[in-house]
Amino acid sequence: MSMSAAIAPAKVEDLPAAPRDWLPILLVPILILLALPLVGSFPTWATLTIAGLAMGLIIFLVASGLTLVFGLMDVMNFGHGIFVALGAFVGVTTISMLGGWTASSSFALNLAAIGCAGLAAAVVAGTVGIAFERVMVRPVYGLHLKQILVTMGGMIVAEQVILALWGPEARPMMRPASLQGSFIFGDVAIEKFRLLAVCLGLAIFAAMFLLLNRTKLGLLIRAGVQDREMVEALGYRVRFLFIGVFAAGSALAGLGGTMFGLYQELVTTAIGAQMMVLIFIVIIIGGLGSVGGCFVGALLVGLASNYIGFVAPKVNLFSSILLMVLILLWRPQGLFPVAKR
Amino acid sequence: MNSSVQPLLALDGVHTHIGPYHILHGVDLAVAKGGITMLLGRNGAGKTTTLRTVMGLWHASAGTIRFDGNDISEFATPDVARLDIAYVPENMGIFSDLTVRENLFLAARKGPLDAARLDWIFGFMPALKTFWLQRAGLLSGGQKQMLSIARAMVEPRRLLLVDEPSKGLAPAIIQNLIVAFGALRDEGVTILLVEQNFNFASKLGDTVAVMDNGRVVHAGTMAALVADPELQARLLGLSLDSHQ
Amino acid sequence: MLNNMLSRDLPRSKLLAAILLIIIVGLLATPFVFPGARSLNVGAKIAVFIVLAASYDLMLGYTGIVSFAHTMFFGIGAYGIGIASTQMGPTWTAVAAGTLAALILSTVLALGISLFSLRVRAIFFAMITLAVAAAFMTMASQFSDWTGGEDGLNFKVPELISPAFSLSDEKFLGANLDGKLIAYYMVVLISGGLFLLMLRIVNSPFGRVLMAIRDNDFRSEAIGYRNVTYRSLSSVLAAVFATLAGVLYALWLRYNGPGTTLSFDIMIDVLLIVVIGGMGTLYGAVVGSTLFNIAQGYLQDLLKLAQGNIDSLPVIGALFHPDRWLFWLGLLFVLSVYFFPFGIVGKLRAGALAKTRRSA
Repeated sequence: MSMSAAIAPAKVEDLPAAPRDWLPILLVPILILLALPLVGSFPTWATLTIAGLAMGLIIFLVASGLTLVFGLMDVMNFGHGIFVALGAFVGVTTISMLGGWTASSSFALNLAAIGCAGLAAAVVAGTVGIAFERVMVRPVYGLHLKQILVTMGGMIVAEQVILALWGPEARPMMRPASLQGSFIFGDVAIEKFRLLAVCLGLAIFAAMFLLLNRTKLGLLIRAGVQDREMVEALGYRVRFLFIGVFAAGSALAGLGGTMFGLYQELVTTAIGAQMMVLIFIVIIIGGLGSVGGCFVGALLVGLASNYIGFVAPKVNLFSSILLMVLILLWRPQGLFPVAKR
Repeated sequence: MNSSVQPLLALDGVHTHIGPYHILHGVDLAVAKGGITMLLGRNGAGKTTTLRTVMGLWHASAGTIRFDGNDISEFATPDVARLDIAYVPENMGIFSDLTVRENLFLAARKGPLDAARLDWIFGFMPALKTFWLQRAGLLSGGQKQMLSIARAMVEPRRLLLVDEPSKGLAPAIIQNLIVAFGALRDEGVTILLVEQNFNFASKLGDTVAVMDNGRVVHAGTMAALVADPELQARLLGLSLDSHQ
Repeated sequence: MLNNMLSRDLPRSKLLAAILLIIIVGLLATPFVFPGARSLNVGAKIAVFIVLAASYDLMLGYTGIVSFAHTMFFGIGAYGIGIASTQMGPTWTAVAAGTLAALILSTVLALGISLFSLRVRAIFFAMITLAVAAAFMTMASQFSDWTGGEDGLNFKVPELISPAFSLSDEKFLGANLDGKLIAYYMVVLISGGLFLLMLRIVNSPFGRVLMAIRDNDFRSEAIGYRNVTYRSLSSVLAAVFATLAGVLYALWLRYNGPGTTLSFDIMIDVLLIVVIGGMGTLYGAVVGSTLFNIAQGYLQDLLKLAQGNIDSLPVIGALFHPDRWLFWLGLLFVLSVYFFPFGIVGKLRAGALAKTRRSA
């Protein structure tokens, strides 16, 4: 065979320093700073920024599982939104059952109520997720067209079941007593619940980051996203890994549903479909399969939609699409393209 | 080949279809325990498909694959790997977002990395030690190939399936590979190596099988093939051109 | 001649042919056999949805790409008529201008979306169309000065097809000979023409190329240049036909709003119609639309009956509630995708084929 194409062995100095791709991450602070003159007033800007971060982090909760599932098994679940709706309704029911805790002025009891609601939502959504994977997704592996149709069909059916269980009326979702209202710092008013959402979102992101980077399980997931066959050829059963990720992704979507319900203080069955659009935009922006990209994308979408919603409310959803188009023109595979083999 | 001893790996009339394409047309192949078997043949003869079918990455539509006497034709890939069969694919299958350490860490399925064994590997592949904590995607082609083979060495394996390790590598690196495979053979590992570079193959192989059109058309010792230029010309044709 | 009209793509099943004949005759005879506003409405809606679903099938069944923005084009056509009629008055000029503007907008949008997203991955197209359609819907309800927002637009149509126009004061076979009747036949006949045109397209060399691309894609995501061109063309064609369907629907209803043409619910309806009727067999759109639009009225009545009997069971009872009829259609949809990928039409044709084989 020809040796002309041979690659010379690299010496130590040939190796480039690990290029950390900071540019996409920098977009978030850049957007925040650019928005200040656009919004005009500092207190409003601060309020919008916190609202945007809260919304972005809730979107991240929901979207991260979907992007991982896609990366790992090349499965795009168009019915992911159903776990959001399910989580929101389970959250409503749990919170209303814990009326004593939510009405109490004790912050700890309030927090416990939200914790229970989120946990119940995650458990229910995760369990349904396992069933959904078995019935809807597994029979159509590798068949993209059928995958889209079946998961969409699954969503139609599941939405009707939710309607049958909870009824068609929109449900108000009250925030617990001590999480209503805002903290006032000088001129700046920051809603307490949004602050909580930011903290929770960051905590979950940190946990996910550690899991993916510091544990064998996480390394296997990341390796599987890049080259599923090779992970199997090393003797690991990617199937189980996938079911686990699918269930965890559904559970996080359920938790996200509860949080989004509390964020909007209203829950409707449409909440899933409504969020699905944002989720798709976010994971396309981030790069399909990339959790880090999903995080940055979610923050960008959350922030942009709050700023634009204030400056020019008419083009709100359109702004997310515009953001997506701009980013894809810059990086056609999204902010952090996943290296596939 | 000693036919009285049961081969470690035996393919019997294996057919493989990939989608609408019929690639393997009844492969018969026996790989004896110990030593290095070279699988030669021109492009598209079905060598890669043979390895992938053994690994369960593609499923045989007919025929049987036996490992140590047990039928593994229906095994899923992870179960094949758990028989201590290691696979080094043509594209090397490096996890480029993970570091060299993490790549090897995942390859050590049974437990933590063994320091002494790592030192032994670093003896052949010093670059891996140098770039231990670097992302594997930053390695050069040859270093990636080293890493891919090192993954198959971190724990003792019984059978190694290697797909064209010499492809696109400089002669100096190929020399390193020859040393590394030799060390594995001395450890008692059986190796099935797909190769197009006859020069490389002839230096390393104990036995040889030649494929064409999805079948094994010749099997014998490497020494006999090396000694018979006519047979080489008939079986390998083009491969002779690169004989240096 | 019939063979030629159907572009040599015959039903290939006696039962299917009979069903199609019943549907055609039924649609043509509706004003006289089932007089009344409601049945006329159902008939016109069936005709329009045949065009809408068939144009969707052009993409889904014949090209193998899933779009969630199809009702956006339907809406563009309807808004074209609505906005032109309110701004320019109820004249045929307004109809022509609205149609033309809508067609141009649809073509540009469809081409833009296709070139932008089909290049990357087929699944991308589905995701991006979903997002674009959602954004378009918000835009339509935001720019209420033009679109009437959530309330939609009530407008007048040219006199000839408006209910006020009267051919004769006499009734003929129980039907009023008025502009509404003319409008009905206009909708039905144009829909029929558009359907035959689509049948011609899928049976042309262009249609064969589309199907070849669909079948050869074989899990490959590396879509070549030629494939992108053909797929984009197919999605533009589908958008054009959907726009025309929207034009007809608006002319018929003399009203348009987000819930009538744009909403995601309608998108789901179209998806159900095409998949249950039979993907890749334009006739599936005919059977599906008819079945669906009749079911929309009557499945609910049936469920009311069923509900009376099992109301006592908590969840199951709730699922038999007439408002939950989508649950059953959704279930049918999923089962269709698994077990009858070519829907009702595919099933009928397979049955006919088996019969010929047996008798041969």
